Amino acid sequence: MTALDMWTYGVVGATFALYIGIAIWARAGTTGEFYVAGGGIHPVANGMATAADWMSAASFISMAGLIAFNGYGASVFLMGWTGGYVLLALLLAPYLRKFGKFTVPEFIGDRYYSQAARIVAVVCLILASITYVIGQMKGIGVAFSRFLEVPYDVGLYIGMGIVAVYAVAGGMKGITYTQIAQYVVLIFAYTVPAIFISLNLTGNPVPQLGLGGSYVQDGVATGMSLLDKLDLVVTELGFKEYTTQVMGSSLNMFVYTLSLMIGTAGLPHVIIRFFTVPKVRDARYSAGWALVFIALLYTTAPAVGAMARLNLMDTIQIGPVGAEDGNLLYDERPEWFKKWEETGLLQYEDKNGDGRIQYYDDKNPAFAEKAESFGWKGNEMVKVDRDIMVLANPEIANLPAWVVALVVAGGLAAALSTAAGLLLAISSSISHDLLKGVIAKNISEKAELTAGRLSMIVAILVAGYLGLNPPGFAAGTVAIAFGLAASSIFPVLMMGIFAKRMNKEGAIAGMTAGITVTLLYVFQHKGIFFVPGTEFLMPEMGMGPDWFFGISPNAFGAVGALVNFIVAYIVSTVTAPPPEHIQHLVEDVRVPGGAGAPTGH
Amino acid sequence: MTPENRAGYWRANLGLLSILLIIWFIVSYGFGILLVEPLNAIKLGGYPLGFWFAQQGSIYVFLVLIFVYATSMNKLDKKFEVEED
Repeated sequence: MTALDMWTYGVVGATFALYIGIAIWARAGTTGEFYVAGGGIHPVANGMATAADWMSAASFISMAGLIAFNGYGASVFLMGWTGGYVLLALLLAPYLRKFGKFTVPEFIGDRYYSQAARIVAVVCLILASITYVIGQMKGIGVAFSRFLEVPYDVGLYIGMGIVAVYAVAGGMKGITYTQIAQYVVLIFAYTVPAIFISLNLTGNPVPQLGLGGSYVQDGVATGMSLLDKLDLVVTELGFKEYTTQVMGSSLNMFVYTLSLMIGTAGLPHVIIRFFTVPKVRDARYSAGWALVFIALLYTTAPAVGAMARLNLMDTIQIGPVGAEDGNLLYDERPEWFKKWEETGLLQYEDKNGDGRIQYYDDKNPAFAEKAESFGWKGNEMVKVDRDIMVLANPEIANLPAWVVALVVAGGLAAALSTAAGLLLAISSSISHDLLKGVIAKNISEKAELTAGRLSMIVAILVAGYLGLNPPGFAAGTVAIAFGLAASSIFPVLMMGIFAKRMNKEGAIAGMTAGITVTLLYVFQHKGIFFVPGTEFLMPEMGMGPDWFFGISPNAFGAVGALVNFIVAYIVSTVTAPPPEHIQHLVEDVRVPGGAGAPTGH
Repeated sequence: MTPENRAGYWRANLGLLSILLIIWFIVSYGFGILLVEPLNAIKLGGYPLGFWFAQQGSIYVFLVLIFVYATSMNKLDKKFEVEED
């Protein structure tokens, strides 16, 4: 066992012991504790737990890589996944907290005086959450298998076991305190390497400032800004200019950002976190604190992405572009390069047989002639997986083994905390909305608590099964989770608060229409239920890829939300207004006065 | 808590919301996407300004917006006497 393995086992083992210790300490004794942690969580603590809940394996492992290779275009993720908190804080969280129930479908069912609306909401919630949780399960399995050299499935079982211990015993209460610990682990793991790398490349220890600082090469200031240097390095090799490359078109970026923002505000596992604070004003501040803790990572990520990209380019292109000895000899590649080749995340192929590595954009026709004149026969880095940008970062920057170990623990913390939050949203909608709300209304609290625990166990098993046998559509899951939340849940919640006249017919029609157009557009591009070969794009009818104003299927949730709003408005104006007591309920939700502890009755 | 108070409170809330959401829109969709090219001509340290808004600035403004909202709403709660016990 190497020193790195010892560190990794030690750090990961210590964090797991901590999570289990919290589980033993924070056990849930009532349904109130199980669903909303008793409603007594301090707003700052809830903000921290929300940040861990929200930041998944994708935020921790994949986002910096997305930024590294998409440059400015990746801004849609940065703005989309943070700007949603403004919508959540201003339009939803305080009012839903005032309403004071346990789940999101419960609000929809009561506000729209309809069991049908509640059940539709449960279906949307479960679909969105299950698709999301598959990604977390994969993240857990991958982190274990890559770093601890245990098989993927063993890693997954260990992860499921840990979540089961604290989520089944403690419900929301256990999850909340564990998420706080997980936030501390993951933010530390993310920022420590970033600080070292920023110091290395710019002499500034604050990555957010380093990214706007000047580039320091081998300890000597170059007088050139880091971003200018990066733009120069990538464009010299035919890649798109880092600070200006767009994703699709400006319109696509606009709509994509909007979809992610609306989706963020409509994701149930995030919303229910705001049911755990004591008062309406706590819910408002808590959303702000959540964004503080999220912003720590989200403003660091652009620096990690840009600096990792520069490090990668500089490692391979060691001299002037086109010079014979300008490219790194394959035999002289660094240790981390070899290590990541073994995992298959980096792949090299010596196309022109010169023993050196050429890494450039061979799909850029303007650069092709130049590349040919250098004797290059195509890009030889045939695979550079974007996840490497975070996972290999500490090694690329020559950081000590304990930092590498910390990154592993951080990735696991991010995946576990999000998985637990999603599993709670799923199990509470089953035990509270379906069982207590529809099937067995007279069930005792004790029996409901047991049912909550049982549905948690079932949810973990289902998530684990899907993690082991990821369905073909796993790649499209993020689009679906955000598309569903944006096109169905968010509009219905917002209209429930801001449009007193909105009735059950409008809400149900709106939800159905919003989801339908979003799914149709996604299925049209990616196959019906993601079955390959069932795509039904019709170019001859003007319906080629991204036919709707160049909007990609991932970005379509905002269009679905717009359809939802319009259909709901039209249907509600031609049907009867909601009964008087519902209009009173809306009036009551709009003012903070009189909010009690959340109740399920 | 009189009906007039409730109505006045709700109007004040909607007014505040509109202002904050306009700012929310301008810094992200405006500065970060639609106006990014002209803004990039201006530099903020080593950052082109439009790029900075898209990857840093908009997030800082979002933070300020939420805390301004929470603080202003606390004041409105008191002014219209609709605060929690």
